[in-house]
Amino acid sequence: MSMAGTDTGLSARMNRVGAMVLRHWYLLRHSWPRTLELIYWPTVQMLMWGFLQVWLAGKTDTVATAAGVFIGGVLLWDVLFRGQLGFSITFLEEMWARNLGHLMMTPLRPSEFVASLMVMSVTRVAIGFVPVTILALWFFGFNLWGMGLALVAFFANLYLTSWSIGLFVSGLVLRYGLGAESLAWSLSFLLLPLCCVYYPLETLPGWLQIVSLSLAPTYVFEGMRALLLENVFRGDLMIRALALNAAYFALSAYAFRRLFDASRRAGALLQMGE
Amino acid sequence: MQKTSAAPAIRIRNLVKRYGSVTAVDGLDLDIAPGSVTALLGGNGAGKTTTIAMIMGLLLPTSGSIEVLGHDMLTSRYRVLARMNFESPYVEMPLRLTVRQNLTVFGRLYGVAGLAARIDALARELELSEFLGRPVGKLSAGQKTRVSLAKSLVNEPDLLLLDEPTASLDPDTADWVRSHIERYCAERGATVLLASHNMGEVERMASRVLMMKAGKIVDDDTPSGLLARYGRQNLEEVFLDIARSPVVRASQTEPVA
Repeated sequence: MSMAGTDTGLSARMNRVGAMVLRHWYLLRHSWPRTLELIYWPTVQMLMWGFLQVWLAGKTDTVATAAGVFIGGVLLWDVLFRGQLGFSITFLEEMWARNLGHLMMTPLRPSEFVASLMVMSVTRVAIGFVPVTILALWFFGFNLWGMGLALVAFFANLYLTSWSIGLFVSGLVLRYGLGAESLAWSLSFLLLPLCCVYYPLETLPGWLQIVSLSLAPTYVFEGMRALLLENVFRGDLMIRALALNAAYFALSAYAFRRLFDASRRAGALLQMGE
Repeated sequence: MQKTSAAPAIRIRNLVKRYGSVTAVDGLDLDIAPGSVTALLGGNGAGKTTTIAMIMGLLLPTSGSIEVLGHDMLTSRYRVLARMNFESPYVEMPLRLTVRQNLTVFGRLYGVAGLAARIDALARELELSEFLGRPVGKLSAGQKTRVSLAKSLVNEPDLLLLDEPTASLDPDTADWVRSHIERYCAERGATVLLASHNMGEVERMASRVLMMKAGKIVDDDTPSGLLARYGRQNLEEVFLDIARSPVVRASQTEPVA
């Protein structure tokens, strides 16, 4: 009789999620370029927008530049973008290693695999984000952590959006192979102009505002500006964002499941790679 | 043809896999007895890999059913995956992780109890102790095969699926790997389904040979039975006879068991 556990309970599930997190933690530990990359781009972005804000503050009189909405925007945008990238790259690592077939022969469920990708998404963002927020405080006197509990609401919503995108992209890569890999790097950028990261909603033309309001991150960035400029935490915006995120995440999970089954029908799990 | 009263380790009924207009597996019926070593032979494109992939649940059939160790692979594969494993030199382990890290990850995925001790025991058995801390990518082909074998045995599977387990190994290492698999099966009573193009390996290890061609099983017998019926000296000659013949020698009207 096999010595492996067939337990389908919570502890067995957590153990499998933990195994996958461990697998990717080992990978990060073995590769300093991978770790460096997590810090490099967020730092470059933050410095560029930070110095732009310093320059604008000297030229204009607006409250916005003084309040740090640019740096706040860039840091929160990075949570969304890097969160999605962390999710998708962790998934792509399995494709690049041609390890997905191995994994899918183990008792690891797709939902557990996805849970491990979420954990790694948070881990990878944290590795880059913490040092960058410290640098933002040092260089520009901008204390993101000063947003307090509001930051938890912002982060939760941005992570949910990033996972929805990551899940959908991973499903496409699973079904259509690494030819769909470029979506992992580019799909989030579609949100950048639409979600009002650096400017308020009213900047957009009317018809585009409707599109923008259908996207959860818009409410987060509007909420950030309300907090920084008016010192008001808009709970109503966070609830709307959460409701939209729940809907988008459910849709992405459904799409991932369908694409996973389609890849099993097409034999794509046997031909992972280019 | 072998008969057994025990419930089959693998039971396949009317299994079909089509890719568009191409039929890769064409109405397969098959029972594999528990504790047996069965070889699945056939030329390229015969349907061996497709069949094995469907048994593992990596590939969904177009129609038909597969039961493994008493569980339907289409509806309850997660109940049985922990009791199966797979080894192929063509599917590498993550190269950047060390041998121990790889075995730890896979052992945890399979829910192996006492994992550290199990890994140490496997390392001793497979002579991997000195490589445990080395990344898999820095090992030789033979060492990688042993790591892959260790991974396939980490959960002490009741069903082991092997795809060319000794391909590209030198004769000495290949013999060593075969001996280890044979020993494992003898000790654990495990069932093995072996896909191989190495006819010497099949003659040595398998008690039963299934010959596949164009998605069907066209012959099924013990190695000695096949040699006798085809009047050949070795399985390679039998293989060539079947591969080059358009005629199906033994059609399936009943599940082969």
